Amino acid sequence: MKVLVAVKRVIDYNVKIRVKPDHSDVDLTNVKMAMNPFCEIAVEEAVRLKEKGIATEVVAVTVGPKAAQEQLRTALALGADRAIHVETDERVESLGVAKLLKGVVDQEKPDLVILGKQAIDTDNNQTGQMLAALAGLPQGTFASAIGIEAGEIEVTREIDGGLQTVALKLPAVVTSDLRLNEPRYAKLPDIMKAKKKPLETHTPESLGLTVSAAPALLKVETPAERKGGVKVASVDELVDKLKNEAKVL
Amino acid sequence: MSILVLAEHHDGQLASATAHVVGAARTIGGDVDLLVAGNHVTGVAESAAKLEGVTRVRVADAPAYAHQLAEPLADLLVSLADDYTHVLAASSTTGKNVLPRLAALKDVNQISDILDVESADTFKRPIYAGNAIATVQSADPLKVITVRTTAFEPVGASGSASVEAVDFVADNTLSRFIGEDLAQSDRPELGNARIVISGGRGMGNGDNFKLLDAVADKLGAAVGASRAAVDAGFVPNDMQVGQTGKIVAPELYIAVGISGAIQHLAGMKDSKVIVAINKDDDAPIFQVADYGLVGDLFELLPELEQKL
Ligand SMILES: Cc1cc2nc3c(=O)[nH]c(=O)nc-3n(C[C@H](O)[C@H](O)[C@H](O)COP(=O)(O)OP(=O)(O)OC[C@H]3O[C@@H](n4cnc5c(N)ncnc54)[C@H](O)[C@@H]3O)c2cc1C
Ligand SMILES: Nc1ncnc2c1ncn2[C@@H]1O[C@H](COP(=O)(O)O)[C@@H](O)[C@H]1O
Repeated sequence: MKVLVAVKRVIDYNVKIRVKPDHSDVDLTNVKMAMNPFCEIAVEEAVRLKEKGIATEVVAVTVGPKAAQEQLRTALALGADRAIHVETDERVESLGVAKLLKGVVDQEKPDLVILGKQAIDTDNNQTGQMLAALAGLPQGTFASAIGIEAGEIEVTREIDGGLQTVALKLPAVVTSDLRLNEPRYAKLPDIMKAKKKPLETHTPESLGLTVSAAPALLKVETPAERKGGVKVASVDELVDKLKNEAKVL
Repeated sequence: MSILVLAEHHDGQLASATAHVVGAARTIGGDVDLLVAGNHVTGVAESAAKLEGVTRVRVADAPAYAHQLAEPLADLLVSLADDYTHVLAASSTTGKNVLPRLAALKDVNQISDILDVESADTFKRPIYAGNAIATVQSADPLKVITVRTTAFEPVGASGSASVEAVDFVADNTLSRFIGEDLAQSDRPELGNARIVISGGRGMGNGDNFKLLDAVADKLGAAVGASRAAVDAGFVPNDMQVGQTGKIVAPELYIAVGISGAIQHLAGMKDSKVIVAINKDDDAPIFQVADYGLVGDLFELLPELEQKL
């Protein structure tokens, strides 16, 4: 079976972000970029399916500017067989991405699509669900375990109250949560090999699509900073402050 | 303007999150209807009808809606959405699962996790783990929105809305419920507890969470955890607080053996008072803590329990 994995280029999760002085957006100039951590987990799961002999081909796809090819090369180094870049410099958000991914799904006809549950820049948590809706497929979001058998995928989902397991007809869409797996690191020889793996470039137009408008971004601000307080010397002092100063006990 | 709110419920009880989402809907203005979808939800609908500011409770009671699967719920919402300018749900795992599916089927964007309402089409929401706040404006004919419940006051329960059945029954052949493994606890829910005490990797193992439980019992607190504590298997996933876990904003948050990574802070930094207990004097958690106590949690927690 064929597995399609969607990866997004985002700011590295360790970087402390800066808001632009004109409040138009977050400043991404000269900032370290990386693959969205949830997408690393998605790629890892797809590659493991191939290693187990369940998947026959793993295709990585991204939507974004030229530079996003770096993240496709990372996916190839981690074990994807080939990559598809839908190149655009526009600000595409979840609905727009989902429509473009639907275009790729129509061409590639994968049996399973794995996405991250959330991109750590916009924190939208929407794209997988939207792609599933547009493609008329079932969805297994926030997955912490999957199992494939007889035309179905069983997905264990992390929900607010604990865990829920659902069975979905294939083809299906799955989004990864943190506990799905622990992604590997790419090894140097694999990084070298990845440079030779096929990477196909599309544009929204070549897929016969236009980019759907995202909500207008009117302003981006830094939240009110929380002021650090005091250090207390003992448990007694802490209890006293909580009772008599903060009045929360 | 007319707003449909998807009610959240568990075990035949209306969840407190719903009153907060109705609070957000009231801030937007216009008529507010509630949708209660589930199997055997008469009791939920009765509680829902008492929420202040709700005009009408629409009840879809059918086996298809048991377990809140996304595919049938989204189809149900699509069948009702044309009556409304806005559809709102909590940023719970149910809201996050279902609403984007509705949005895509209606060909509109979704605005996730709003913190504030500027006008009927303009909202504030956190991005980059809450390290920036974006003001976004939707030009879509239908606004599909999830709500950060801690950011909105709940409405009271002295209302009396009408209750009406919805006939639409979704036909779902795509997905099937297999089972669930839900946490059992007598403690308050993380999302609406007045006090939360959370443990991190510093707790060392799951058994040591008993030290937190003992303090929690004295305080009537909920118990949370960092990702590291969940990943290490100390405690189940539903206890994770943070950017990609639960968002809490209690009166008092006590972080024990937690370093204070931005992804953890994203889930608790709107708490009114923050206490940190950590043996590392330089741990970043102290930068947001109102009261910091430096020392070994294994000595300090039993002492705290005893002195409360
Ligand atoms: C995509 C992504 C999403 C994430 N989402 C979340 C999230 O939702 N929530 C979350 O919490 N994290 C999240 N993280 C992880 C986050 O980056 C940190 O790794 C995590 O919060 C660290 O947990 P911790 O503070 O328990 O562990 P550590 O950083 O290891 O800190 C342990 C602390 O315990 C202290 N300690 C140890 N022993 C003792 C003792 N005996 N007494 C007192 N103090 C002691 C140490 O001094 C240290 O400060 C996410 C990361 C990524 C990449
Ligand atoms: N530009 C993009 N290109 C490819 N995949 C994306 C893109 N944006 C989002 N995704 C996928 O959708 C997931 C969730 O993103 P979001 O819904 O934006 O939070 C990500 O983890 C990716 O798997």
